[in-house]
Amino acid sequence: MSYETLRHFADSWFLLAMLLLYLGFVGWAFRPGSKHANRRAATSILTEEQKDQADG
Amino acid sequence: MDTAFTRSFGWLVAAIAAILVALFARDGLFGFHMMVFAAAGIVAALASANQIGLLRPSARDLESRYDDQLIRIGVILTSFWGVVGFLVGIVIAAQLAWPVLNLGIEYTTFGRLRPLHTSAVIFAFGGTALITTSFYVVQRTCRARLALPGLARFVFWGYQLFIVLAATGYVLGITQSKEYAEPEWYVDLWLTIVWVAYLVVFVATIIKRKEPHIYVANWFYLAFILTVAMLHVVNNLAMPVSLVGTRSYSLFAGVQDALTQWWYGHNAVGFFLTAGFLAMMYYFVPKQAERPVYSYRLSIVHFWSLIFLYIWAGPHHLHYTALPDWAQTLGMVFSVMLWMPSWGGMINGLMTLNGAWDKVRTDPIIRMMVAALAFYGMSTFEGPMLSIKAVNSLSHYTDWTIGHVHSGALGWNGLITFSCLYFLVPRLWGRTRLYSLRMVNWHFWLAILGIAIYAASMWVAGITQGLMWREYGDDGFLVYAFADVVAAMNPYYVMRLAGGLIYFSGALVMVFNIWMTIKGRLRDEAPMTDAPYDAAADRPLPQPAKA
Repeated sequence: MSYETLRHFADSWFLLAMLLLYLGFVGWAFRPGSKHANRRAATSILTEEQKDQADG
Repeated sequence: MDTAFTRSFGWLVAAIAAILVALFARDGLFGFHMMVFAAAGIVAALASANQIGLLRPSARDLESRYDDQLIRIGVILTSFWGVVGFLVGIVIAAQLAWPVLNLGIEYTTFGRLRPLHTSAVIFAFGGTALITTSFYVVQRTCRARLALPGLARFVFWGYQLFIVLAATGYVLGITQSKEYAEPEWYVDLWLTIVWVAYLVVFVATIIKRKEPHIYVANWFYLAFILTVAMLHVVNNLAMPVSLVGTRSYSLFAGVQDALTQWWYGHNAVGFFLTAGFLAMMYYFVPKQAERPVYSYRLSIVHFWSLIFLYIWAGPHHLHYTALPDWAQTLGMVFSVMLWMPSWGGMINGLMTLNGAWDKVRTDPIIRMMVAALAFYGMSTFEGPMLSIKAVNSLSHYTDWTIGHVHSGALGWNGLITFSCLYFLVPRLWGRTRLYSLRMVNWHFWLAILGIAIYAASMWVAGITQGLMWREYGDDGFLVYAFADVVAAMNPYYVMRLAGGLIYFSGALVMVFNIWMTIKGRLRDEAPMTDAPYDAAADRPLPQPAKA
């Protein structure tokens, strides 16, 4: 593969693929119903305290 | 018993093999390093045979829900490497102010001690903190005991061996001359083995999790482990001159080599010093504040934006060099865009305290975390600014860069690590609290004062330096000789040394505090805050009038 073909591919299709991938990942966080899952995930680290302390 | 014997025997064979290689070494330095490998192999053989009491897991380690033995050792080693790294930094800062301190011996020259300082603080202090906290966080967030405990021990101690090999190598003059990637090919190979084992232990623990969701801190840790593996392997592709000698030559040449190096170098900042420490932030700040992170959704957006943008920012280290102009501009544009996810992360961390801002006043550990986030915000604003070509034409190669790096390293990485250590020590050793909260307060103010003096003196030094270098007279000649600029820097170098000493004294206060906490002492001290006595309010409620 020549430098020109590689550059052309990088500047077009691969760039588009990465952009779509990024938008997909970020968009996933905004899907309907994510609010509840997010709240659950955010508080998951705080609910364990008692068990931790029981272990000493 | 049989596995212990096999393991121990295996390490002994490896040690003997290293001694044999040392006998055939092409240069004495390679022979020395092979003997270090051999010594490590013998220690590993003894430890595998349970002959070293210090490394034997205690009854508590075996019975507790989580495997915390390595984490306890890691907390102590992080403090130790911090002190060593800061101390070497002070020595080289003094050498810049008073060159006579190079002592005229090759082993103590600035050129050899400077990588010792950078690697000691980044890879020894920072790296040990990252491995230690990642093992702590992944177990808690996955509610699962550390997977593959034997391999985890190999990762932990193998990484310490890497630090020893790198550090001794720098002093002896073994270097491949790539900034932050100085160790030669055989040390690079060793780190690759250790790092792949690290990935295996971390992923295996995530796989056996009892919590359905993988908490965002683990995403950051995983990104840190994966990306550092990729960066390390590609940047260190090299051909050794001899399989029994230290020297090797890079696979890349010229500007390709420079770009690969700074693709590595800037992402070492992005994924080692940022993603890894953000993982610490996303777990320990909510834990210490006892509140969930401000926005979990923002943390996901933060994560993907950081991942997709950071990897392109490296070329800003090569402005106005032989690198093609479009690549320089690309690096600049991505660096400027990087400002947004960085501040998203900072806001997410700070706003976690929303509704509990009084903790900044009452809890010195929270205050330290907030200051760390503030420094993260400041240095991730300064970074994009310095990457703009016009600004860079003034700042490049000057001490401004050093000031920028240290506001990030001392302010963000240092303070977040210290506050995590303060969080961990009482919990890991089962103490009710730290030995002294007032000493945390002392540490906080010493650190802030030290950073302020350090950063301010380097800003002034850097801008002075940049302006003096580009000053033309009416005759069209440069006004200042290079040596004039060097002489003008001297007072700032002395001030920087003072800032470093103050920061270092804060770290010593921390070491004492941690040591006393581990010993189980509690300092008899007045609490940081009391509910103030208000005579007017503090009286019985008026009795209701009798009907």
